[in-house]
Amino acid sequence: MLKESKGIRLEHISKIYQDPKTGKDFKAVDDANLVIEPGSFVTLLGPSGCGKTTTLRMIAGFESPDEGEIYLGDQPINELTPNKRDTAMVFQSYALFPHYNVFDNVAYGLKLRKMDKKVIHDKVMEILDLVELSGMEGRMTNQLSGGQQQRVALARALVVEPSVLLFDEPLSNLDAKLRVSMRTEIRNIQQRVGITAVYVTHDQSEAMALSDQIIIMNKGVVSQIGTPQEIYYHPADEFVADFIGEANFLRGKLVRKDGEKGVLSIDNHDVEVDDIGNFEVGSDCTVVLRPEAALLAPEGQLPCKVVMSCFMGEYQNYHVMVGDTLVKITDFNPKHKRIYRVGEEAFVKFDTCDVHII
Amino acid sequence: MAAQSKSAKLDRKKLFSDPVMVGMISVLLIFLVLFIVYPLFVLLIDSVYTEGKLTLSVFQRVLSMQRFRTAFSNTLVLGLLTGILSTAIGLLFAYVDVYVKIKNKAVGKLFNVVSLLPVVSPPFVLSLSTIMLFGRSGIITRSLLHIYDSNVYGLKGIVVVQTLTFFPVCYLMLKGLLKNIDPSLEEAARDIGASRMKVFTTVTLPLLLPGLGNAFLVTFIESVADFANPMLIGGDYDTLATTIYLQVTGSYDSTGAAAMSVVLLSLTLILFFIQKYYLERKTAATLTGKASRARMLIEDKSVTIPLTVICCLVALFVIIMYIMIPFGALFKLWGRDYSLTFKWFDYLFKYSGLKAFKDSFLLSVIAAPITALLSMVISYLVVKKKFKSKGFIEFVSMLAMAVPGTVLGIGYIRGYANGIFHTGVLSGIYGTGIILVIVFIVRSLPVGTRSGISALRQIDKSIEESAYDLGAGSGRVFTTVTLPLIKDSFFSGLVTSFVRSITAISAIILLVTPQFLLITCQINEFAEKGYYGVACAYATILIAIVYLSVLLMNLFIRFFGTSKKIKEEK
Ligand SMILES: Nc1ncnc2c1ncn2[C@@H]1O[C@H](COP(=O)(O)OP(=O)(O)O)[C@@H](O)[C@H]1O
Ligand SMILES: [Mg+2]
Repeated sequence: MLKESKGIRLEHISKIYQDPKTGKDFKAVDDANLVIEPGSFVTLLGPSGCGKTTTLRMIAGFESPDEGEIYLGDQPINELTPNKRDTAMVFQSYALFPHYNVFDNVAYGLKLRKMDKKVIHDKVMEILDLVELSGMEGRMTNQLSGGQQQRVALARALVVEPSVLLFDEPLSNLDAKLRVSMRTEIRNIQQRVGITAVYVTHDQSEAMALSDQIIIMNKGVVSQIGTPQEIYYHPADEFVADFIGEANFLRGKLVRKDGEKGVLSIDNHDVEVDDIGNFEVGSDCTVVLRPEAALLAPEGQLPCKVVMSCFMGEYQNYHVMVGDTLVKITDFNPKHKRIYRVGEEAFVKFDTCDVHII
Repeated sequence: MAAQSKSAKLDRKKLFSDPVMVGMISVLLIFLVLFIVYPLFVLLIDSVYTEGKLTLSVFQRVLSMQRFRTAFSNTLVLGLLTGILSTAIGLLFAYVDVYVKIKNKAVGKLFNVVSLLPVVSPPFVLSLSTIMLFGRSGIITRSLLHIYDSNVYGLKGIVVVQTLTFFPVCYLMLKGLLKNIDPSLEEAARDIGASRMKVFTTVTLPLLLPGLGNAFLVTFIESVADFANPMLIGGDYDTLATTIYLQVTGSYDSTGAAAMSVVLLSLTLILFFIQKYYLERKTAATLTGKASRARMLIEDKSVTIPLTVICCLVALFVIIMYIMIPFGALFKLWGRDYSLTFKWFDYLFKYSGLKAFKDSFLLSVIAAPITALLSMVISYLVVKKKFKSKGFIEFVSMLAMAVPGTVLGIGYIRGYANGIFHTGVLSGIYGTGIILVIVFIVRSLPVGTRSGISALRQIDKSIEESAYDLGAGSGRVFTTVTLPLIKDSFFSGLVTSFVRSITAISAIILLVTPQFLLITCQINEFAEKGYYGVACAYATILIAIVYLSVLLMNLFIRFFGTSKKIKEEK
């Protein structure tokens, strides 16, 4: 689209609510600092109740922050009402106007801007074409399927050419298959239009598939910001590691250090690591090991005992004990591999570069 | 909470940057303060502040009046009896409706008619027909039973009339609650061997208890606040409402009346708060959610037949009472000469009847759209917006529900006869049509607001938010999204407030000046004088007007109602 998209900046944003039961104050969002680049697709990801919607609604202007300032581009927007902010939101419930047909729903924002009738018509048709709803403009919204309704909602938000598009779990009312195809479509449209998008979801695969950047939130606090790869391979803490995909946590101690590399002692066994980050010799640390990054082998870093072994088709699923710690291992394509049975002794084997320590 | 959190400050700043919101809120605040809070406040001041001093002397004077003390206990006795009877009959109807299998379609129709009647009937019509059925020249008493000294006036008359007027309200309230009782609870009790009666007393009734209390209090308040029925059929059984009226119109003692009003108001307010903030919540807490599945209806004939017959008799009786009214207008001389004639209608139109209809109609037609719009605006603000004075607005507009019309009337007399606080400001509206229209608005506002609020609660908040988000200001959101979505509720609010206005009497009768003739006041006047033919002629036309407007409303909603269309297609 013609208009240039803008970035968003949240500086020390907090939001305080009263707990409806106890009446006590609590921070639904706690000191959030975010920089969202123009034209990027950013998701707010986290478990239900962690403050994602609240953050999004503060950006839209429906809620006011208790601390901090929100910028759209370089302009502080705390004092602007939602109708004065150059953002447009797509709601979880679609929130279409039930008394208007598809055309009038999409045209609503343009009519508010007092545009010429002809211009409105052209713009609406163009955008309906973009979301593949051409020919449906005369339908009432309750004559559309869920997916189509969501496209109308998207079109209605896109057509006013906002600087930023906001999504609050827009796909959660759709069935699983449609969810996957719609998310691809949303990503494609966003890329084509080049608009900045902030997307709230609790579904990690949605976040992975869509985002340039993922912002992980937990109990009102931003836990980590990064690309999907950064978040997955270098989680900042146990919460992030556990929330995104599956993770094994092994407790250890750094015993030697050699530049970036080092040696950990886990369960009295030495384990080499490629990247020890900022840890000092002698400090306790936790190893994050993804189940698919480890194998069972006759020899390896950590001796273990198999307590569960289960064929899942595409992989063999093992639970093994390393000392007192349960470790999950998924061994993909097991057809021609040796299968370990329950009770057998073996070693957990992994690459030194696949270990991330926190 | 912090003295003023930053978000609250920002919210306020956002609010003030929206001129339509500021306008709406200011207009509402001014209206509510001027016409609900101020008149009640004046009554309080009047009764404790005489000749520049704070004193309880007025109260002492009033309390020492035998007349007042009798009226006070009369009022309580009346409220109690009416409350209990209405709740009991309402419960019977609700139980039969929800639990008993009725094959006959006509019975269902009968139930419908009964629940609709209180909506379309002027509040005191039943008094008229009771007098005509059971009075000295009543059809039943005189012509059938040949009792020549029958006396319907007094407590028994009022109780019968009020019960028949108010029980349909209880019926509808309790029906809603009974429907929400999960049948499996009762079936579980049946399963372990409890008899049907036992199930009713040990399971159904305890679950329903807060709801029954709620229904009882609602009727109690209505009964206590009722003016017209005690006036017409009370005889020398004076209640607080009639005593206050007589204190002003007979004894010209408006400070005394003010003190009495404070007593009556305190009574209804206390009951109202118990009802609103305790019982209503309790009802909601015990009966939450929907019944999980359909209930097995009672088919046992030894239960269904007696219950159904009783209900049908009561319903038929009520309907006959309404049918009496047009006949009362068509018979030559009630009790003596039952030949048909139009002379009462002729009389009515010869003697300023037309003016009465014109005045009543005009004032109500002016009041109705204002009321409907105001109540929708209040509902919108209460449900969808947050701002500081919201609690106040919601509270005051609900409070008006608990203010008896007579009290409001006295408040306006005391508060506006010499202008606000005797300064002459706004005294211009006193004695004009404006104050009558305002009274109509205030009296209908709570009803409209309540229905508006429940209609708006059903609309997904994000629909309006998305309009707001796309760039519409609050006024635009209200007119392009909110209002179209609650068109039905708006239109029924329009008709309801028209009907309530054109049938209103309690506050109006204190404020009306000879310049205006109102139908209800005319009916009251002619009935008082014993001209039942004319009174019935007025009432007949009034019922016809009201019925037509309700019909019109239903037609409109059927053909133009958006929300219905939307709901049906889903
Ligand atoms: N208006 C409100 N008043 C009080 N608490 C609220 C309000 N809105 C949200 N909350 C609370 O704030 C927390 C975060 O809510 P939300 O942002 O909706 O979470 P998410 O979208 O991540 O599921 C939750 O604990 C929620 O109960
Ligand atoms: Mg949410």
